[in-house]
Amino acid sequence: MLRRYRIRKDESCVSCLRCARECSFGAITAEDGQTLSFHHERCVDCQRCVSFCPTGALCITEDENRFRSNSVFRQDDIREIDLQARTGGVLLSSMGAPSESVPIYFDKLLLNASQVTNPSIDPLREPMETAVFIGQRKEGIDRGSDGRIVDNLPPHLELRTPIMFSAMSYGAISLNVHKALAKAAETLGTYWNTGEGGLHESLYPYKRSTIVQVASGRFGVHETYLNTAAAIEIKIGQGAKPGIGGHLTGRKIIGDVSKTRMVPEGLDAISPAPHHDIYSIEDLAQLVMSLKEATGYRKPVIVKVAAVHNIAPIASGIARSGADIISIDGYRGGTGAAPKRIRDNVGIPIELAIAAVDQRLREERIRDRVSIIASGGIRNSSDAVKTIALGADAVSVGTAALCALGCHICASCHTGRCAWGLATQDPELTKRLDPEKGAERLVNLVNAWTREIQEIMGGMGINSIEALRGNRMALRGVGLNAKELDILGIRYAGE
Amino acid sequence: MKREGEIRISSGCAISGIFCRDGRRISGEAIRKSIAVMHNRSNGLGGGFAAYGIYPQYRDYFALHIFYDSQEAREETERFLDKRFDIINLSKIPTRQIPAISDAPLIWRYFVSPLPHMLQDSQLDEDEYTSRSMIRINDSITGAYVVSCGKDMGVFKAVGYPEDVADFYRIEEYEGYSWTAHGRYPTNTPGWWAGSHPFSLLDLTVVHNGEISSYDANRRAVEMYGYSCNLLTDTEVITYILDYLTRKQGLTLKESSEVIAAPFWTTIAIKDEEERKRLSYLRKMFSSFLITGPFSILVGFSGGMMALNDRLKLRSLVAAEKGSTVYFSSEEAAIRVIEESPDRIRAPRGGEAVIVSLDKESRC
Repeated sequence: MLRRYRIRKDESCVSCLRCARECSFGAITAEDGQTLSFHHERCVDCQRCVSFCPTGALCITEDENRFRSNSVFRQDDIREIDLQARTGGVLLSSMGAPSESVPIYFDKLLLNASQVTNPSIDPLREPMETAVFIGQRKEGIDRGSDGRIVDNLPPHLELRTPIMFSAMSYGAISLNVHKALAKAAETLGTYWNTGEGGLHESLYPYKRSTIVQVASGRFGVHETYLNTAAAIEIKIGQGAKPGIGGHLTGRKIIGDVSKTRMVPEGLDAISPAPHHDIYSIEDLAQLVMSLKEATGYRKPVIVKVAAVHNIAPIASGIARSGADIISIDGYRGGTGAAPKRIRDNVGIPIELAIAAVDQRLREERIRDRVSIIASGGIRNSSDAVKTIALGADAVSVGTAALCALGCHICASCHTGRCAWGLATQDPELTKRLDPEKGAERLVNLVNAWTREIQEIMGGMGINSIEALRGNRMALRGVGLNAKELDILGIRYAGE
Repeated sequence: MKREGEIRISSGCAISGIFCRDGRRISGEAIRKSIAVMHNRSNGLGGGFAAYGIYPQYRDYFALHIFYDSQEAREETERFLDKRFDIINLSKIPTRQIPAISDAPLIWRYFVSPLPHMLQDSQLDEDEYTSRSMIRINDSITGAYVVSCGKDMGVFKAVGYPEDVADFYRIEEYEGYSWTAHGRYPTNTPGWWAGSHPFSLLDLTVVHNGEISSYDANRRAVEMYGYSCNLLTDTEVITYILDYLTRKQGLTLKESSEVIAAPFWTTIAIKDEEERKRLSYLRKMFSSFLITGPFSILVGFSGGMMALNDRLKLRSLVAAEKGSTVYFSSEEAAIRVIEESPDRIRAPRGGEAVIVSLDKESRC
């Protein structure tokens, strides 16, 4: 079978063998400890060797040898058929769905700016507020006997910027990645999310910036865990694999991962597809209340679901379940491992999901009662702005955060051999990420996005992020049909 | 071209207000003179007045000012009203034919009170009953538009320069203790009378100068609570927000001003603890009703008036006092023309609500 990539070097190679030491996939090895040998078929194009080659001698390209081109059976189709014919297995993949045939709606939305009739606001001269409070709201105010307003709001999360880090579990990613995320979230005044693999004890000090997740496997869930957090997230599903559970191979369940997950070493950690105590919406309400009981009603409860066809009524049901925040993960959301057919074919894009949910909750007059976090393929600050204008309170990013830490999206997380030391538990690889430096890069990234959000808001004459939320007139569409405009609740450019 | 309501039209404006704290009723001549000074801030595409205390003989009845495009619309509306209200008096609103004002709709005035058994069946108070009925007319009867529906007050508006609108409505013949006026500078030609200002619901009227950048966030939020924004104007959405916050949520006007022109978080941070908690609560609880972008508004209501600027003060607004009379205007000149030497004159800060009300003894 044809290989996918080809590794080449030119004459500037000094045979330092650095590439062989960096390659964790066995694609470049040093025979006899001195001669480089290329095993093209093992290469995943993670670019680690290229990044570390001191002379720039290496080059990885798509292999020029192709199957005879066919407009129906494409290269990957033939390759995958071969792989399944050889192994009889379910195809695995990682990161988010590629988007060749499903449109990225962000790219078809354009933002507004002030001209003449009202002034744009310069964020360098005027306050430009990006702080967001998310949580549940009451329907009305209460006054004490003295007539003063009584604070009747349930606990809220306070974000200095509307960007959070998505759930990625310890086990799927390394402790160093968790450290970097926790540290960055604390510095930024936002939140990171443990994912479903528990919280390593060394990260307990980051309690106030931590969201702990309770997923179907209940890995690492205990009373201290629930109380070592600012909020608790019940994970029902994720965008990359709606309807599917998780499977962390026994190979990754070693040492502290085993301890933190409360799963014996070497045993596979399997998260069931559903929560076996949630077979319907009323069961969700009970779990929400159980978690609130366990934490003394001091923490907001988030319910995370994948964006699927019926997302609007699902969100409405969640809003009425006692949950404070709904987190919706779209079709393009990432994962450490998912069946490829599920990842690429199940769910709907986050743009359509958020627009539909926001509109539905407004029609039911309960939008102000809950907050909404959106995720799944948010790549930059303008994606974030558009998501908020469509109706989200805040966004969360996973893949973008990993990219800040070095990820090159080679989509090989499920192999456990991440050459950048992120999605792996191999101590030789995990030490490639310095959590301090990683945190600094995450802080830089989010600060940069926040500045850009302020610039964009200022241009629109908006000086507080809440005035952007659901402000669909800030958006116009291009290259969209009438139905798409209708669902997004926006007008065509020029209208 | 699309009519206002089908498309959002931004506009610049002039506003002016006079309030007699002692309850003294003055003729509309003064407010006409004041707004006329700011002729250049309008472009002839909209002007209007709100007046309080003008119908003392019908003080207990809702005064409805309604525009009709046709006799059919009038008949349908009157049938609608007949089923729900006791109509005490109805008449055309007297006007003066002048060349500057043309294409007038049919303009009618009714004094009504809800039919007691209908009101009881509805389980609503009379304000909510009346406001829902009026929203229903605007929403569902083609060619009918309720201009104002409060007690002992009324709105007079048209397409034209405000001073011409005043002449058209013979505004000098009315006497009120509180007057606001508006001259409009929309960025295209709506040619629709209902699109002019003031905008009102029950006894609440708003005149506004500005273009708010939070418009759609505010509109979509307030529409959740049973309002329907038919005009797509800032003034309409501000009116509904104020009605929601004061009448339905029970906030005071001051508290409402701290929601719509909320202090910045950095300002809140330096307040004492109690005030910090109060202001944070209002911002968190009502975050959908924060209004950003330039605005200066005058809010008229029974017995009082509020002037408010956006929190950056991106629009001019001047306040002055002479004895028991309070003046507000976009420009100082518009105050000086009717009161040459005020006791005090100042520009309220951004987000600072200036609220005046009738002195206790003059309330009825």
